[in-house]
Amino acid sequence: MKRLTLLLAVLVSGLVAADDRRSGFADMTPAVQALQRGDAQNPAMLWVRGGEATWGQRAGAANRSCADCHGDARQSMRGVAPRYPAFDEPSGAPLTLAGRIDACRVRHQQAPAFAPESEAVLGLEAWVAMASRGLPIAPPADPRLAPWRAQGERLYRQRIGQLDLACAQCHEGLAGRRLGGSVIPQGHPTGYPLYRLEWQGLGSLQRRLRGCFNGVRAEAPAYGSAELLALELYLMQRAAGLALESPAVRP
Amino acid sequence: MATRALVHLPAVLRRGEAFEVRATLQHPMETGYRRDSDGRMLPRDIVRRFEARLGTELVFAADCFPAIAANPYLAFWLRLDEGGTLELRWTGDRGFQHVETVAIALA
Repeated sequence: MKRLTLLLAVLVSGLVAADDRRSGFADMTPAVQALQRGDAQNPAMLWVRGGEATWGQRAGAANRSCADCHGDARQSMRGVAPRYPAFDEPSGAPLTLAGRIDACRVRHQQAPAFAPESEAVLGLEAWVAMASRGLPIAPPADPRLAPWRAQGERLYRQRIGQLDLACAQCHEGLAGRRLGGSVIPQGHPTGYPLYRLEWQGLGSLQRRLRGCFNGVRAEAPAYGSAELLALELYLMQRAAGLALESPAVRP
Repeated sequence: MATRALVHLPAVLRRGEAFEVRATLQHPMETGYRRDSDGRMLPRDIVRRFEARLGTELVFAADCFPAIAANPYLAFWLRLDEGGTLELRWTGDRGFQHVETVAIALA
């Protein structure tokens, strides 16, 4: 019996050790954590309220709103955000959640697409993602996404820029240690779109990635580029199973 | 897009018992000390004053300065003997004005 207990204990500790992934939330100061925990304090809720309003507004030549087809986002959009980026049949390429919102806007509302990082698209994205808060990130097992993910992992491990650094060197090799005064997170995109105190506003994962490209003094790919899409696909796969926190707050 | 604000009060408010009012306003709080990418000074655009009134009576006020971050969050405590309409007013540069009203019923 004792031996069995010991064996079980070893097995369990092995399982725990096998997954030592943690969200950046765990590394934040209690004050910033409190900002994310309370919807009354989380400044991202300003964008969420805007997204909620846009969801109900009729737009485009079709004169339809998101709500006319999808109903109440709090129910109909539950479980949607953790699946993105996902493969899109008509365009034959993966789409991010923001890309899906834009595609829906162009195809079904027959309205012009939103500008990348505009308040409207970030608000809608946050409103849709908030319906899935707490659900595990669940990247689809679509085989057509595999080459994109492989490309994303290549980019993640490739040294770039004047500083000659790869994402993996900091976010795997040095995660948990410090760069200047800040803790280096493992880089799991669990809370996008999120309110970053440094930005004093809401931003997407692509904005964060472009910031990292600038940080290592490499040329940042454009919003919606294949490189950022591939990286996003790989990072979501890497974070599979972690709880979605959108809209999160980060320092 | 129109200015938005979040106002949060506890669900149940009791007569004579202190409660916290939390208010966040969407505002850039541009300090007036920064330059744009072409080197031009960005004109100051901040919220100068926040006032909370119950009916006509001033119950809380704050002066704001450029050191306050964007989307300012203000929280204060109130203890009321009578309910009424709480009016929160933010005023600032370039004639900025935003008002939120909350009806307060005491249990």
